[in-house]
Amino acid sequence: MSRIVRTAADIIYPFILIFGLYVVAHGHLTPGGGFQGGAVIATGGALVIVAYSYVEVREWLSGKVLMGQEVIGLVGFIGVALLALAFGQVFFFNYLNASGSLFGIPVPYGINAGELNTGGFVPLMNFSVGCEVWGGLTLVILYMLSGLEKEGC
Amino acid sequence: MIEQIPQILVLLGLIVSAILTYYFKDLLAATLAAGLFSFLISLEFYILQAPDVAISQAAIGAGLTTAIFIIAIRATGRFEGENS
Repeated sequence: MSRIVRTAADIIYPFILIFGLYVVAHGHLTPGGGFQGGAVIATGGALVIVAYSYVEVREWLSGKVLMGQEVIGLVGFIGVALLALAFGQVFFFNYLNASGSLFGIPVPYGINAGELNTGGFVPLMNFSVGCEVWGGLTLVILYMLSGLEKEGC
Repeated sequence: MIEQIPQILVLLGLIVSAILTYYFKDLLAATLAAGLFSFLISLEFYILQAPDVAISQAAIGAGLTTAIFIIAIRATGRFEGENS
């Protein structure tokens, strides 16, 4: 693509990244969550990938890193769920909820602006799913681009 | 009645962009019309108070699908029936 498209993609990409991470991190309070935030981040990645040629993209992005991101997300999701068995509870039991540790304070009563430090392991699930969707959808775009033989168009 | 005006406008825009997607022979323009369709339907989801679905639709439909179509157009031909 042209220089204008590349410069615009470079400028816009950090803002899309921050917004997607915001949607992921506030998944248990506001609309959105892991899947939506990951899809937003992957859209920003797709913008950069479409703006540059495949040879340039492969210098910064490798499929192995994205696939590792997917593996980390999936293993994190099932690992956090399985950790409940170690505490003597059933599968997917929310052992972090109101425990006082990470994301563990009780939900405040009444109408409030939303406390980020609540929800138990639901934010951890959101981070896992966001990581997985980020890697997976970017990988789709990258493999789609790898079919292009000619460069610089 | 007054709160239904945005819905009517969005639905009219949906119909117009769908018809444009069908009639464009320039495939890049047709892809952008399909992206406009996705954006408008995500706006409609937001009006119908489903912001969750609206975020998904805007990211997947208007973003990723358009990007995949643009990559496919770059790999093949820009006009309909060019490389067949």
